[in-house]
Amino acid sequence: MLPGKVGTDAYLSPVLDIDGVSVDRLMRDFGSPLFVFSEQKIHSNIQSAKRAFSTRYPKVQFAWSYKTNYLDGVCKIFHEEGSWAEVVSGFELEKALQNGVDGSHILFNGPSKTKEDLQKAVRLGVYIHIDNLDELYLLSEVADEESERPKVAVRVNLDAGLSQQWDRFGFNYENGQAWDTLSKIVEMGKLDLKGIHCHIGTFILSTKAYAVAAEKMARLALEVFQKLRVRLEYIDLGGGFASHNTLKASYLGGPDVAPSFDDYAEAVASAIYKVPFKTSELPMLILETGRALIDDAGYLLSTVLSNKRSATGRRYTVIDAGVNLLFTSFWYDHKISPAQPYSKYFEDVTLFGPLCMNIDMIREFVCLPLLNRGDHLVIHNVGAYNVTQWMQFITLRPNVIMVKRDGDCSILHEAETLSDIKRKECL
Amino acid sequence: MKMNDNIAISQSGYVFNPQTGESFSLNPTAIEVIKLLQEGKSRDEIAVEMTSRYDISISSFLCDLDDFLHLLQQYDMMANE
Ligand SMILES: Cc1ncc(COP(=O)(O)O)c(C=O)c1O
Repeated sequence: MLPGKVGTDAYLSPVLDIDGVSVDRLMRDFGSPLFVFSEQKIHSNIQSAKRAFSTRYPKVQFAWSYKTNYLDGVCKIFHEEGSWAEVVSGFELEKALQNGVDGSHILFNGPSKTKEDLQKAVRLGVYIHIDNLDELYLLSEVADEESERPKVAVRVNLDAGLSQQWDRFGFNYENGQAWDTLSKIVEMGKLDLKGIHCHIGTFILSTKAYAVAAEKMARLALEVFQKLRVRLEYIDLGGGFASHNTLKASYLGGPDVAPSFDDYAEAVASAIYKVPFKTSELPMLILETGRALIDDAGYLLSTVLSNKRSATGRRYTVIDAGVNLLFTSFWYDHKISPAQPYSKYFEDVTLFGPLCMNIDMIREFVCLPLLNRGDHLVIHNVGAYNVTQWMQFITLRPNVIMVKRDGDCSILHEAETLSDIKRKECL
Repeated sequence: MKMNDNIAISQSGYVFNPQTGESFSLNPTAIEVIKLLQEGKSRDEIAVEMTSRYDISISSFLCDLDDFLHLLQQYDMMANE
């Protein structure tokens, strides 16, 4: 059988409702385009991720990656489910604090922490993940000024066998930089070394890469204990698990190739167990999973504006949601479903957004039933990185709503108005 | 408005253009339109006929018909007049 013949056929069924609430009603009540999140799906995603890891490893902690989606209504669900916060800027740190997360449950990553950020983080007992030596020295200055002993981890980058190695963040494992930094911190004596952190990349389809990373990190943690006499509280493996989206140029659809949480958990746990820790001394395993937890809980509903023919006769369909809202369409072929029953006749179309810009293409090739002006579409797997990376460009950003578990709908983020934009203009 | 004489169309809507070697399949409404074209009907006559057969407004139908006629032209299936 050819893989193409067994691929998911979900493209073929219209999506008439989201968690039981009709798409037509949602669009009537909240407008078009419209981002919709499923509360139920977010809960079930984080619960199955937790189950996969905690049935294989004794101490597991998830930390919600704020940049993936920092709408408060979304973050709060993760915190309700026990997730800490993983932030990468002063802005995200403040957002996590305002969401009621205690400083001792916040991990502060990223290459751009300011002195003020560090002061605040130190006062609140946030775990600071050190990215570079300049930051280390700045933090040691802050520690002196504040008369505090900041809790820190070292960000490590390593070769996990992937074609692209993310080496711009943190200190390299293989060339000894990471070890030197860990030794330096212990020698300085001013910082409280709590862990090591890595993030090998994003949308990683290989569980083997996680096994390699987990084993290297566990060996490093054991070495820190044996040689520097510091028992690390945790190993943080960052994020990067693939969601069910389909990467551009990938032959198989996302759901057919993405490993499950169980697959990732099995690879990670068995790799850590290769390293001879005493069971009682196993470090806590932190995961900063982003897209795999939220992508399939988000939908973008859109309306057909017009159809036309290209110079070569190809059908072009223009919809009211473009790359201004769907940043991820630059790297994914998002799954698109019609939101009403349709005839059995399909045609290959190119799907464009509404912007008067040539780059505004949502799908270059997609086979869809013949849609008319006013018909609705559901764009799937849009929950990660879109409502943080969207742009106010040419037009205004729409409502973002949540379909609650009880079937009620509430607005997570109100549609922008012209006055929102003008309020910031001064002349 | 006339189709090329050498275009072959089967009962089931399979179209073959011997000039270009291309083949297409038509949906049932397109088959009806092609038959009307072959009978020598004009664009407006086709629209009147089809809107009497189906519950669709003239303007919506003309939008689809023009799209279809352009495609036939695009694929070199219409005779130059
Ligand atoms: C440090 C860190 N942790 C977690 C994440 C979340 O990654 P993902 O959405 O791929 O799971 C990212 C994203 O780039 C990151 O940089």
